[in-house]
Amino acid sequence: MLAESLFFSAVLFTIGVVGVLTRRNAIIVFMCVELMLNAVNLTFVAFARVYGVAGQVFVFFVMTVAAAEAAVGLAIIIALFRHRQTVNLSNINLLKG
Amino acid sequence: MSHGELPLFYVFHFYLFGIIAIASAVAFVTRKSPVAAALWLVNTMFSLAALYVLLDAHFIGVIQVLVYAGAIMVVFLFVIMLLNLGHASDIADARGIGWKLAAGLVGLALLAQVFALTRARVPEALALPDGTVAEQVAARGAIAPIAGPLFNEYLLAFEVTSVLLLAAVVGAVVLGKRRGSADAR
Repeated sequence: MLAESLFFSAVLFTIGVVGVLTRRNAIIVFMCVELMLNAVNLTFVAFARVYGVAGQVFVFFVMTVAAAEAAVGLAIIIALFRHRQTVNLSNINLLKG
Repeated sequence: MSHGELPLFYVFHFYLFGIIAIASAVAFVTRKSPVAAALWLVNTMFSLAALYVLLDAHFIGVIQVLVYAGAIMVVFLFVIMLLNLGHASDIADARGIGWKLAAGLVGLALLAQVFALTRARVPEALALPDGTVAEQVAARGAIAPIAGPLFNEYLLAFEVTSVLLLAAVVGAVVLGKRRGSADAR
C-alpha cells in the first residue's frame, strides 16, 4: 500500500498548502501547517513499513516538534491578539512592503 | 507487499480511512467557523491514526490519537475559545477570488511535483523483505521495535528533543505573560 499512502499524503499536503494560502485567520493557517506535518508523518510511516522502523522514530520527533511549535505559536497568537485585538492576517501588515 | 496477498477487508478499510481523511481535510479548509474547522481536523487525525495502524505502526497510531487529536487540538480549541473567535459571521476569513485562483494553481503545481516525487524509483536493495515490520511487532510487541532504535541510535536526538521541549515551555510562558502587570518583571 506504499503508492496509495503516498497518494493520500500528497493530497493532504496540498490541501494544507492551499489552506495556508487562502485563509486569513492566523489560527486556521496554523492548523493547516499541522495538517502538512501530518501528511509528512503518513509518508514516514508508509516508508517505514518497507525500509525498516526508523521512519516511525522520525514520526516521534516530528510529533514532538509539532507539540513545541503549537505551544510557542499559540502563545504568539495570544500575545498578538492582546496587542491588536484581531487574528486576521490582513490586519497584521506592519512588515508589508 | 504486493496487492494480491492483501485481504479485501484490509484494502477496503485502507481506502475508506484515506478517503475520510481527505474529505475531512477539505471540509477543514472550507469551514468558516474556527471551531468547526478544528473538529474536522480532529477527524482527519483520527483517520490518519487508523491508517497508521493499518500500516503496522500501532504505537504511532495510539500516539497520534493521544498527542495530536488529544493534546495539540485541545490546545487549539482552547485558544479559539479563549480568544472568543467562534462567531463565523463577523470574520471575513477567506481571501478574495484572485488569491483563491492563485492558491489553486500553486496547489495543482505542488500536487504534480509531489506525484512526480512519489513515482521516483526507490532503491530496491534497501527494502526489507515483505512483512518484516509486521513480524517484529508480532514477535516483540508494538513498542519494543521503536524503543530500541530510539534509545540507541537516536539517543542524542532524543536528548536534544527534551531541550527543545524545555525551551518551548519557557518560551510559551514568557510570551503568554502579561507585560506591565505587577509581577511581570
